[in-house]
Amino acid sequence: MDSDKKKKIDRRTFLKGAASAAIVGGTAVTVGCEGKGLLGSSEAFAMEFTEYFKKHYRLMTQAERDQTVSRLEKLAKLKQNITVNIDTTQPAENVLYGYAFNVTRCEGYMECVQACVKENNIDRKSNTQYIRIFEMEHGQMSPDQGEGKYFHMVPKEGHFYMGVQCFQCENPPCVKACPTKATWKEPDGIVVVDYDWCIGCRYCMAACPYWGRRFNWNQPQIPKDEITKEQHYLGNRSRVRGMMEKCTFCIQRSRKGKVTACVEACPTGARVFGNLLDPDSEIRFVLENKKVYRLKEDLGTDPKFWYFID
Amino acid sequence: MKKDTTSKGLFSFAKDALLWNLSGSVGYQIYLCILVCLMLIGVYGYFLQFKLGLSATNMSNIVSWGFYISNFTFLVGVAAAAVMLILPSYVFNDKDLHKVVIIGEVVAVGALVMCMSFVFVDLGRPMQAWHLIPGIGQLNFPSSLLAWDILVLNGYLALNALIPAYIVYCHYKGKEPVGKYYKPFVFLSIGWAVAIHMVTAFLYQGLPARPFWNNPLMGPRFLASAFAAGPAIISLVLHIVNSTTDYKIENKIFNKLRIIIVSAAIINLLMLFSEIFKEFYFPTHHSQSAMYLFFGLDGHNSLVPWIWTAISINLIGTLILAFNPFKERQIFLLPALILLIVGIWIEKGIGLIVPGLVPSPMGEIVSYSPSSVELFITVGIVGLGMFVITMLLKPALIIEKNYEDAYSEHR
Repeated sequence: MDSDKKKKIDRRTFLKGAASAAIVGGTAVTVGCEGKGLLGSSEAFAMEFTEYFKKHYRLMTQAERDQTVSRLEKLAKLKQNITVNIDTTQPAENVLYGYAFNVTRCEGYMECVQACVKENNIDRKSNTQYIRIFEMEHGQMSPDQGEGKYFHMVPKEGHFYMGVQCFQCENPPCVKACPTKATWKEPDGIVVVDYDWCIGCRYCMAACPYWGRRFNWNQPQIPKDEITKEQHYLGNRSRVRGMMEKCTFCIQRSRKGKVTACVEACPTGARVFGNLLDPDSEIRFVLENKKVYRLKEDLGTDPKFWYFID
Repeated sequence: MKKDTTSKGLFSFAKDALLWNLSGSVGYQIYLCILVCLMLIGVYGYFLQFKLGLSATNMSNIVSWGFYISNFTFLVGVAAAAVMLILPSYVFNDKDLHKVVIIGEVVAVGALVMCMSFVFVDLGRPMQAWHLIPGIGQLNFPSSLLAWDILVLNGYLALNALIPAYIVYCHYKGKEPVGKYYKPFVFLSIGWAVAIHMVTAFLYQGLPARPFWNNPLMGPRFLASAFAAGPAIISLVLHIVNSTTDYKIENKIFNKLRIIIVSAAIINLLMLFSEIFKEFYFPTHHSQSAMYLFFGLDGHNSLVPWIWTAISINLIGTLILAFNPFKERQIFLLPALILLIVGIWIEKGIGLIVPGLVPSPMGEIVSYSPSSVELFITVGIVGLGMFVITMLLKPALIIEKNYEDAYSEHR
């Protein structure tokens, strides 16, 4: 973070220095990949070199976004021999996503957790999960009193279950904290991360009152045949170590009009996802007809994730 | 060295500084070798971390900041403490402290170098650090307190490096520095010193997600502990300078520093007591972190011995310094200074950062202690800081001594 020193150097010299640094780093990365020689991956190396200098996603024109996407797709093909399809679908007009969780119905099967890990290409090695399910005793109302590591037959007598994930706050403290503007709230209400712009300082993690963010402490590892190939630039595309990531309401699905993977996987129908601005949506029905509540309202973060009881 | 003042330029200044730094007694050479070894340990540690990622540390999604950020927080205080010498010597024209103000500034530079190194090694993707630079990157200013911290730390480093550099360079050339060229920056640096520590406190204080940090006393307490630990470290450096060089420090300077340290340490202890009272008189759900720190929760009590050690040695150090049983023999106060420094380092480092993150917002409790890679890198950064301080201080003191001698001869 010796930006002061760097500031004094003009842009050209800086880029040169950074370029040589990137060559060293890039070489290390390419050589390390599945024993491929330097010669065989010179094309990949050139693309990684360009990737290193690319702009923040929000500053890219659509043409630049298309270029980076095609680069990333080619890299996936070259390095892992898989064909992925990364899209950059923009938020639709008059859409604001919201989520509701039926505390009465959830029975703690954790199908949602598995579906989420698979859909979002989350690291298997560190067992990272966006969704946490807490087993609660009656009389408790906040997941921090519950048991998040239960391992037995569910549902357990005298208990109920609460799911927790990123609540996509309307007033997100993580966005305020990020020193590089690498995380922000999209117009459809989803808080996203530009993985490639994140420097991994983890200030957003400290700022989140819901423990909604996950860091890649190690290089993520996903079995090749389990990789979800339909990807979004701000969603489930591949990440490397040192990047922050989080639940994006399955942006690769929701922006195409589908429900999130967790909603689809839930065997009890405890999860409701939809457009808050659509008066006929199920989420609006829940908000208007059920007794709903949110976690840590006193912090003023205005989460778009409600709990309700039948 | 003080004769041909006209032929001396920047080049000979740099050359002389380098020569002075490399020459010295056998003991000094051994000392330099030890510092280089420490730095090599750090390089090895960082090599491992660069290869494995931050998984080489013991940090996790719950304790997401650990030993690096703890040390960073403590050292920002050390850097800010230079103001306790700058303020009396420039504003109140205190002649005694004026003689050692340069040492305070050099310690600040060393501390800042260590601060920035600690933040840098804590980054998950150091190669992308250029994303912070306005123009080619995007700095989230003024929204992110981390952006503020980057700006104020770099600004303070520039002030504390350039002001003494100008003064020493003038003295090297045998000239009196021109007040209007540097005095405005001196006054700026006084405000700036307070700013670096307040901003660093706000970094934590501004997070409602972490009740242990979200506390309006954080900023003032940071300053109080800084003005105790910082001058204590400067005192230590002065003792070393006094016993190893011919730049002699008078007893009354140590005494003045001692009074500054004691006052700040007492204010710090008062504020600590105020915080402990709030947490334990009527413990709420938000007192969990303090419980974890002082007594342990669910069998996770790795921090408990540390914090009690910190508080005890803090108290003992403060009492010895306050009553000064050794009167004019300042050297006997060294253990008390060290006790106080270590006490504040624990209390403000790992005793502040880790409990802020545990229990997690979802109530999970874990233990944390630094991994060997974290310790290697920390050792390396401390070596780097000591190296920077030595390399700046040695030529500066030789020049100051020569200038002083020439000045007194002249009179």
